[in-house]
Amino acid sequence: MPSSEATESAERPERPEDIKAVPVRRPGRWIAAAIVAVVAVAIVHSVATNPRFRWGIVGHYLFDSRILHGVQITLELTVVAMVIGIAGGVGLAVMRLSPNPLVSGASWLYIWFFRGTPLLVQVLFWNFIGALYPRIDLGIPFGPAFIHANANSLLKPFIVSILALGLNEAAYMSEIVRAGFISVDAGQTEAAASLGMGRLLTLRRIVLPQAMRVIIPPTGNETISMLKNTSLVSVIAYTELLYSVQLIYSVSYQTIPLLIVASIWYLAMTSLLYVGQYFIERHYGRGFSRSQKVSMQSRWLGFGR
Amino acid sequence: MTDPMVKAEAVHKRFGRLEVLKGITLDVQSGEVMCLLGPSGSGKSTLLRCINHLEKINSGRLTVDGELIGYREAGGKLHEMPESAVARQRAQIGIVFQQFNLFPHMTALENVIEAPTRVLKVGRAEARERGRELLAQMELVDKADAYPAQLSGGQQQRVAIARALAMRPKLMLFDEPTSALDPELVGDVLGAMRKLAREGMTMIVVTHEMGFAREVADSVVFMDAGVVVESGKPSQVLSSPRHQRTQAFLSKVL
Repeated sequence: MPSSEATESAERPERPEDIKAVPVRRPGRWIAAAIVAVVAVAIVHSVATNPRFRWGIVGHYLFDSRILHGVQITLELTVVAMVIGIAGGVGLAVMRLSPNPLVSGASWLYIWFFRGTPLLVQVLFWNFIGALYPRIDLGIPFGPAFIHANANSLLKPFIVSILALGLNEAAYMSEIVRAGFISVDAGQTEAAASLGMGRLLTLRRIVLPQAMRVIIPPTGNETISMLKNTSLVSVIAYTELLYSVQLIYSVSYQTIPLLIVASIWYLAMTSLLYVGQYFIERHYGRGFSRSQKVSMQSRWLGFGR
Repeated sequence: MTDPMVKAEAVHKRFGRLEVLKGITLDVQSGEVMCLLGPSGSGKSTLLRCINHLEKINSGRLTVDGELIGYREAGGKLHEMPESAVARQRAQIGIVFQQFNLFPHMTALENVIEAPTRVLKVGRAEARERGRELLAQMELVDKADAYPAQLSGGQQQRVAIARALAMRPKLMLFDEPTSALDPELVGDVLGAMRKLAREGMTMIVVTHEMGFAREVADSVVFMDAGVVVESGKPSQVLSSPRHQRTQAFLSKVL
């Protein structure tokens, strides 16, 4: 924009003085701020002085090895289930956009089923899948099988957990990915086609990188949900963070302090995800100047837009 | 006379029940610059898109450099081409769009070298060198590392031309390349196209720039409602059109 540069330099020598006006009085703001401050002080005071919080016990258990092990399992579940969810989601989205009605219909049916039943029910279902299919055979459908496995020995709690969490996530991710694909202008695909780029190359090099801008923010959301949803697998007695905490308080009866320990760890982990999301968003914002201007500080303070 | 670069014979194209091309027949010789004129909705852009097989034609024959576009002829029958073969044909035909369609997540240079490195498997260093050369021809050397959003419309369109040229096409199609530009930026793009024409590139240009058609085109084709109304030398078609529809159109745009 050469024209704006020109006017700027022309004006610089004698810049007019800024207007100094008496600001409008806003008593409402002061009253609201006072109410918020009083409520905040009351909450902090009660949390600090109520002995039943047992902050000493919270501190004692915060870095307990059983808790740390639970944190580690929770992180592992989150990462593996999200990887399955994202990979499955991309696959389902590509299927959903396929011109073949059987392929897109299969994707629709999958999404319908996994979004339409509660995750907790799915976790329990996978846990008891051994009752439905005691033996798992890998081979030619309706033909000979090459690998046999006992379902109960194969489906360890970790496998059950990532299957339940990951396959459910794939259904949600596929809608996010599909929205991302649709958001990319059709002219981009045409330009790539006219340069002799094939469909897969176009998807990988042109469509997906641009779709990422739309895909990343809701995916960050999903990852945070996933981190918390891993607590559901406590019902199948897998020692992720919540179940580790439950095991301790079922013996020591320190229920509240241990739930606080779990909450502190969940908050710490979700906060970490915020930071990761910021950097990923910045990477895929290349070439889109507006999204590059949002700095970390302004986002954190809530003045991003 | 050698075979024409583009040969269209009775080309028909329908979208549902709407017939957009109703039997187009024309030849473009190698090295020729042809301007397609006509009111909007006359089928000019559709014809360009058919030549690049972005649209499938419904009947007729369309060849580029003697090669049937989008189909393979064997045993007196037409066979649809697999996607890879269509892609190979498209790689030899450059097209420049009205809306530029640059890849916004890549710099100007990355836009130019993407297809040569990924499709033609040219080495990265070689592609970059040639990419910079092409950008220099378009007077954009200092913009190699700029993203499309940081460029003006005219600069973006010249990057798009460089991107198409990087594939060393034997034919260049221009679909209203200056219609989305601010008036003062039109000249730069037309200048680049004029240079390309002088170097002997075969070009089909859909445009409303009568000055460009008059000065650069070897032939002008006037289309209306899916048919070629008249064609010939620019001096003849633009200055003394024979057909009434051509006269009516020219009196509005000139």
